Amino acid sequence: MKKECQDCSAEINVPDDALVGEIVTCPDCGADFEIASKTQNEVDLKPAESVGEDWGQ
Amino acid sequence: MVDLCVLYDKLRFEEKSIYDKALKKGIKVQMTDAKNITVTTDSKRKELSLGDVILQRSISHFRGLYLTSCLEFLGFPVINKFKVGETCGNKLLTSLTLAKHKVPTPKTHFAFSASAAMEAIGGTGFPVVLKPIIGSWGRGVFPLRDDEVANMIFEMREEDNNPLGRIYYIQEMIQRPPRDIRCIVVGDDIIAAVYRYSAQNEWRTNVARGGKAENAPITKELEEIALRAASAVGGGVLGVDLMEDEQRGLLVHEINNTVEFRGASNVSSVDIASAIIDYSVTVVKR
Repeated sequence: MKKECQDCSAEINVPDDALVGEIVTCPDCGADFEIASKTQNEVDLKPAESVGEDWGQ
Repeated sequence: MVDLCVLYDKLRFEEKSIYDKALKKGIKVQMTDAKNITVTTDSKRKELSLGDVILQRSISHFRGLYLTSCLEFLGFPVINKFKVGETCGNKLLTSLTLAKHKVPTPKTHFAFSASAAMEAIGGTGFPVVLKPIIGSWGRGVFPLRDDEVANMIFEMREEDNNPLGRIYYIQEMIQRPPRDIRCIVVGDDIIAAVYRYSAQNEWRTNVARGGKAENAPITKELEEIALRAASAVGGGVLGVDLMEDEQRGLLVHEINNTVEFRGASNVSSVDIASAIIDYSVTVVKR
């Protein structure tokens, strides 16, 4: 599925097997978006959180 | 049938593997974004549809930790428990807990000012390793080899506005091969063990720093120490990290509460996600 980048309007390709919560990156501007919701023919993106100091193990 | 809830805030390989594997096993599983949950002092467990058991997999330590305390307040079984997350997320508490339970661990000094930290190093000599008490992926872990560098780093920490930066966790530098051992402990079992080799021009062994994993044999000694370490912090699904000291043998230096196992999965034939799911089911049935 294709989505328009909210920052630069380029086309972001969301793979069919991607799950809600996964991060997709705009190929043009590099902005990260989290898949907020996804149905058979609709996908919603929201800006991804930036890496926090307390991220990871 | 057990209803498993995987809490995440950013999906990683690990959460996806657990979800896929649960579906294959025919287990009812839901993925829930931790960022969307709110709890109040009046909340009741039945108002939140989070299943029978929750796997806390938030990448943000504090989000995962405090959300777990709210969910335990409501009576949900959470893996891992709040107390386990609190201990493992803090290197000072981890070291004290390991020492208290006589689990072999590197000698570590705790100092509460830069001058006391310098004095502590004066007593043991260089090199030592300075670690932030709360931190992950090897961030802020520095080898200190002389006074000049130590003073500079301490000065930076004192000027920085982070109160935790003024707590000094100074560990002896272990004479070890250029690797450590990551053990995945699930309940009472050690599921997998891998060597983690540092990347080129890197001293830390974290896979997040480019470290490479290789299968490690699970020896009796490794099993015994890793299980004792896991039990000391309260048990659950844990990543126990050990170093091989040339004289003393295995030493536990860290225990991870939200263990990442991508590196281990690539080189181990054991199905780690499957073991985590089976354990979650037993927690409900207990």
